[in-house]
Amino acid sequence: MAYSPKVIDHYEHPRNVGSFGTSKDVAARRDIGIGIVGAPECGDVMQLQIRVSDQGIIEDAKFKCFGCGSAIASSSLATEWIKGKSVDEALTIRNTQIVEELSLPPVKIHCSVLAEDSIRSAIEDWKKKSAAPAAATSCSTT
Amino acid sequence: MISTQKQPIYLDNAATTRCDPRVVEAMLPYFNERFGNAGSRNHRFGWEAEDGIEIAREQAATLIGAQAKEVIFTSGSTESNNLAIKGAAEIYARAPVGQSGRGHIVTASHEHKAVLDPIRRLMREGFDATFITPPPDGVITAAMVQAALRPDTILVSIMWANNELGTINEVPQIGKLCHEREVIFHTDATQWVGKMPTNVETDHVDLLSWSGHKMYGPKGVGALYVRRRKPRVRLEALQDGGGQERGMRSGTLNVPGIVGFGKACELCAASMDAEASRLLAMRCRLEAELVKRIEVTVVNGHATKRVPNITNISFGFVEGESLMMGVREIACSSGSACTSASLEPSYVLKSLGIGDDLAHSSLRLSLGRWTTDAEIDSAIEMISNAVGHLRRLSPLYDLHKEGIDLSKIVWQSH
Repeated sequence: MAYSPKVIDHYEHPRNVGSFGTSKDVAARRDIGIGIVGAPECGDVMQLQIRVSDQGIIEDAKFKCFGCGSAIASSSLATEWIKGKSVDEALTIRNTQIVEELSLPPVKIHCSVLAEDSIRSAIEDWKKKSAAPAAATSCSTT
Repeated sequence: MISTQKQPIYLDNAATTRCDPRVVEAMLPYFNERFGNAGSRNHRFGWEAEDGIEIAREQAATLIGAQAKEVIFTSGSTESNNLAIKGAAEIYARAPVGQSGRGHIVTASHEHKAVLDPIRRLMREGFDATFITPPPDGVITAAMVQAALRPDTILVSIMWANNELGTINEVPQIGKLCHEREVIFHTDATQWVGKMPTNVETDHVDLLSWSGHKMYGPKGVGALYVRRRKPRVRLEALQDGGGQERGMRSGTLNVPGIVGFGKACELCAASMDAEASRLLAMRCRLEAELVKRIEVTVVNGHATKRVPNITNISFGFVEGESLMMGVREIACSSGSACTSASLEPSYVLKSLGIGDDLAHSSLRLSLGRWTTDAEIDSAIEMISNAVGHLRRLSPLYDLHKEGIDLSKIVWQSH
């Protein structure tokens, strides 16, 4: 399979790789939303973490990805696009925009779907945590 | 879209091999001055072509310890497998066309599709089949075949060496068992013949398929060995016409291809021992270095019962296609879903009980006649670096480092 130059660029120089701490550290933080989508047996897992201000602005985003080059590129691109946006703006990002930007072939569309899902999932997690009473300790994020 | 400045390192010899220049040279006259049809019995052009064919038949037979008359030329292993399996099933069927209970066939679930699919077709046509599930080391033993045999078993088809793993099945023992039980034994020896010593007599093989392009010969030509005595094996032809190849495979013979195939057989016979030990040393070094340098790296299949040129390695927490992208200077294969149209990981790795996650993380590296030590050194460096790069990106590697058991996590599958 031939990859588009943008996919190769994100693969070789992924943006915003990392996390805001170990899974235990970040689980309790109310300013951080975590989205983990996919499954190892399906061949792709995306982890997106967002740090959100009290005003609902995504101040920072970090990703990790187990998956093919297109999955890595999709999640890397997603972090670039959501940084600085409000959560509501971030929720308007559609997988088709990712497909277009990275020139993904049809067989790789699921990678872009996964990236969109990870954004939704991280924002949902943040909303749930920020709405919860301050004293709550979240030890069960199922 | 990727421009390659220099030729990548070719570690995909199990997919195909470069045609040996000596093979090409042997073929050329048969495109030019000796262009005749081997079936033309009345003039020199035909005789020359026929002479070329008969020399090739002798070379092919010698490589596997057979008689020249027992070699049928085909278009390659897929055709040889189809002819062997369907051709034998029709002859040895226990009941006529249209009925059920026509006979039982034994094979294994990690065989090549060119064996599995003909057998599946026969199942729709009244035959039964048992697909032996391989053990975790991938090696099919005679005991496993014995346990699968039934009174109505007519055919056993077990490959000699597996194309994805390189694992070697117990062919001589399985053949002996089949002869004792008077069951026809076919082996797809595509990844074996030319690399390892083969003798259809002492190995008790009745039908054996192999291909030119896996052993430095041309594509589009292969052969089927069909035993002529003890027992005399008969096959129903799949293709009717001019009655070439003892009526088993009609069609004008591919003279240049067959001449090249014969030459490739001769060259393999001459260099087999030296080549096998050279490739084995390189493969062992490749495996040992990668396992030493990269944690959670697993060589799939039996530790030692493998052909010298194939290795299949899973690198935990890293997906195979992205790994191939990271080693674009190496031409190889992966068992990852993403490299196939089906998005399913390799059924061969899955049939061994290797977890889907490790199946997605596998590379098949296969060495050949022109692989050098320097290329192996480069491959070790490039693979180590790429795995390192991808593990820095891998959420699964983080979880592993935190001591979390990935198999205990409930994933949100899609």
